[in-house]
Amino acid sequence: MVVDGRLGSAVLRSLGRLAQGYFLSAAIGVPLGIAIGRSRVLQATLKPLVLGLQALPSICWLPLALLWFGLSDRAIVFVVVMGSLLAISISTEDGVAGIDPLLLRASGVLGIRGLRFYAGVLVPGALPGIVTGLKLGWSFAWRALMAGELLFVAGGLGQLLQQGRELLDVAQVMAVMLAIVGVGSVVDQVLFRIIEVRVRRRWGLAEAT
Amino acid sequence: MWAVLKRFRQRFSTRHLLVPSRAREGLAKLAVRRVGHTFANEVVALRNVDIDVHSGEFVCLLGPSGCGKSTLLYALAGLVKPSGGHISLDGRDVKGPGPDRVLVFQEPALFPWLSVRQNLVFVLRAKGLGRPEAEARAREFIGRVALTGFEDALPHQLSGGMRMRVALARALAIDPSVLLMDEPFGALDAQTRSHMHELLQSIWMRDRKTVVFVTHNIREALVLGDRVVVMAGRPGRVLQDLEVRLPRPRDPDDEALVELSRRIRAMLGRAERASNTPPPMALTKENTDGEAAAPAGRVPDGAPPPVGAGL
Repeated sequence: MVVDGRLGSAVLRSLGRLAQGYFLSAAIGVPLGIAIGRSRVLQATLKPLVLGLQALPSICWLPLALLWFGLSDRAIVFVVVMGSLLAISISTEDGVAGIDPLLLRASGVLGIRGLRFYAGVLVPGALPGIVTGLKLGWSFAWRALMAGELLFVAGGLGQLLQQGRELLDVAQVMAVMLAIVGVGSVVDQVLFRIIEVRVRRRWGLAEAT
Repeated sequence: MWAVLKRFRQRFSTRHLLVPSRAREGLAKLAVRRVGHTFANEVVALRNVDIDVHSGEFVCLLGPSGCGKSTLLYALAGLVKPSGGHISLDGRDVKGPGPDRVLVFQEPALFPWLSVRQNLVFVLRAKGLGRPEAEARAREFIGRVALTGFEDALPHQLSGGMRMRVALARALAIDPSVLLMDEPFGALDAQTRSHMHELLQSIWMRDRKTVVFVTHNIREALVLGDRVVVMAGRPGRVLQDLEVRLPRPRDPDDEALVELSRRIRAMLGRAERASNTPPPMALTKENTDGEAAAPAGRVPDGAPPPVGAGL
């Protein structure tokens, strides 16, 4: 499986979908989280909705996705987005809420407004929260993707896993499971760990060791 | 006998150094007119406060905690909207915070993710300066607070005094028409604080910026201020507006200055005793601002009030 390249292409296929869905949900989730964190109206209206939807396992979006987008990659990407978007925006909102109010007040006094305020104070101030959200979102996205690929066959690691089951090939099933764990933890432990440690160190939240 | 005479002479000779401030000619830079403020919990923070601050003056608002001096400063900064009266800067009403009145908080409030230099450059760029100008100005003001060599340090790598110096440099670099300071050195140790006093005096003697400085430390007020506005609490009001005529730079251990601080302390003590009789029952019971004043009658006659005890 590894030799004939099926595993490699399946991993690439899955990661490609994941990248699409994940970037889309980061692009929506971070601004959404900031908006919820900044606006009292959104706090009262959207936040309960987001928290409520978070209770819904992301795979439950699949039937709806299939009805809306048909049997296509877009349906899977939709499931991935729904899986990670909420976690990212909740965590971003937490990050915004956690910014030292003194810093916000000081920004007003120092005349920092508009885009400069959002890009220069809010986003960096909330960055520890945003990074946590992106990390969480990544693992949710990865799970949602695998679940989606298992249920609805269209290439990728999930399909390979399903194929192993149909062929009664335990070795294949286990190998694919290992590959899923491998990809998930490499990104989680290596990529996000480095970013998180760097941010925390720079922000003075953790002692440099 | 000689000691009494000496004491008397000292008292007499310092009399002309602290005089009631007289109304000055011309338009005030910062005018506070009949400002009152009542918090939502009915605590009267300020009542009928009138203060004129003229261009180039260093005014210290002095008073015990809970006398409304910080509330007044926040109103000047535009962070608090007073429930009555007017505040105007150069004839225009103050509405909301703005970079023409920069407030230095009790804590440095630096952006923790930016280096010392970037902290200055960021706010200067927000003011509309181009990158090269902002960089040059940042370098200049970092030099003024004697932090050259620490440009690339992050705030959490600096000591408390150094952080405060960065905050001061940042506020000065914006070149506000009024600099507001809310007990900026309160959290520093005594030695660092006196260094900060020297630094602030030398900076001020150089550009004569208009400064309103809030403190509860009598000697700090006398070392720094041209004018000391003595306030009393419950309700927050101006007791006396005094002009300090000591030559600069001032030494906090100067005999005349110590004598003046003794007089102000006595005055604050009298005011506190006066406002403690009859006991302000309603206020002590409902005082929720955390700075509940000493209950009535707790201050024995002659004992100095807690004001300035920190020095």
